[in-house]
Amino acid sequence: MQDDPVIRVIAKVLIPTMMLFALYVQFHGDYGPGGGFQAGVIFAAAFILNATVFGLNRGRHVWPARLNLLGVALGVLIFGGTGVATMVLGENFLSYNALSDDPIAGQHLGILLVEFGVGLTVAAVMVALFFAFAGRVSHVRLLNKTRAHEKTLAEKAKGAAND
Amino acid sequence: MGFIIDATLIAFLALIAISALRRKRLFGMVMLSGAFSLVAATLFLVLDAVDVAFTEAAVGAGISTVLALATLSLVPAEEKPHSIAIVPAFLALTTGLLLSIAVSDLPEFGAADAPIHNHVAPEFIIGSEEKIGVPNVVTSVLASYRGYDTLGETVVVFTAAIAVLLIIGGWTRRETETAESTEDDHAG
Repeated sequence: MQDDPVIRVIAKVLIPTMMLFALYVQFHGDYGPGGGFQAGVIFAAAFILNATVFGLNRGRHVWPARLNLLGVALGVLIFGGTGVATMVLGENFLSYNALSDDPIAGQHLGILLVEFGVGLTVAAVMVALFFAFAGRVSHVRLLNKTRAHEKTLAEKAKGAAND
Repeated sequence: MGFIIDATLIAFLALIAISALRRKRLFGMVMLSGAFSLVAATLFLVLDAVDVAFTEAAVGAGISTVLALATLSLVPAEEKPHSIAIVPAFLALTTGLLLSIAVSDLPEFGAADAPIHNHVAPEFIIGSEEKIGVPNVVTSVLASYRGYDTLGETVVVFTAAIAVLLIIGGWTRRETETAESTEDDHAG
């Protein structure tokens, strides 16, 4: 797929558009359809498209594996941390009213933070799963190749010994 | 008009499901399951459940299909031949029949006096505007009223990802590098 100019050009146009749309879905979820889950999936889809079109190694270069684990954990931490913050401020767990003097502003802030946590976790999980599966494929192929190579080497050595 | 659209979409769903079951090649099955999700998303859209439709289109038709395709390259291209398992088929058909009978007891679709519309729903719809100030009620229920559930869902996603990465190895890079260097050694 990497040599097809049509796919490359379309991907280059699509990837930034998808990321922008994901951000729109993420932060406009209070007003229209959408939210963290959908935005996370769309954001991850942009990276997956990048990795499919331009190759796994370049995809990994753009989004390193370490970033995945960090994102997966950080999203849950932001969500839980918002709850703990409301507890520290003297309200119940996840009662966002405590986050600001104005209860409605507090709710807005809380929802924004929580949705961001969900989006981060979902995006990182999706990319991690894709790379895990796709990386496994190249891993298996490489192992097969190595085994075949070892076999031919062994046969050669055998042939040399017979000579 | 609404009935025709609903009936067409449900007929499509049934058609796609049966077609996917009868297929031998896994690639066709994966593509059909993606198509199934897309039609299901349209059905949700017709039922005015925009957020659910959005999720179904993004997760069901999008990412799931991609992940299934990635899995396909690890498994054989065709399904193993097998005979119909009688006990599970019987169980599935009986459950389906019982559920179809139970559907007739449900209140009419969209009826205002249905129990589901008279319990906490009015409070959510009115309170969402007054107490939370978010126009999208789905978001205010998801993130605020039912924040615990969403936290639970996020933790489920987190746990599932950790489990998958532990099993199929998100850390193949080091092994791959070792394999590569061994190969280089052989080549050299």
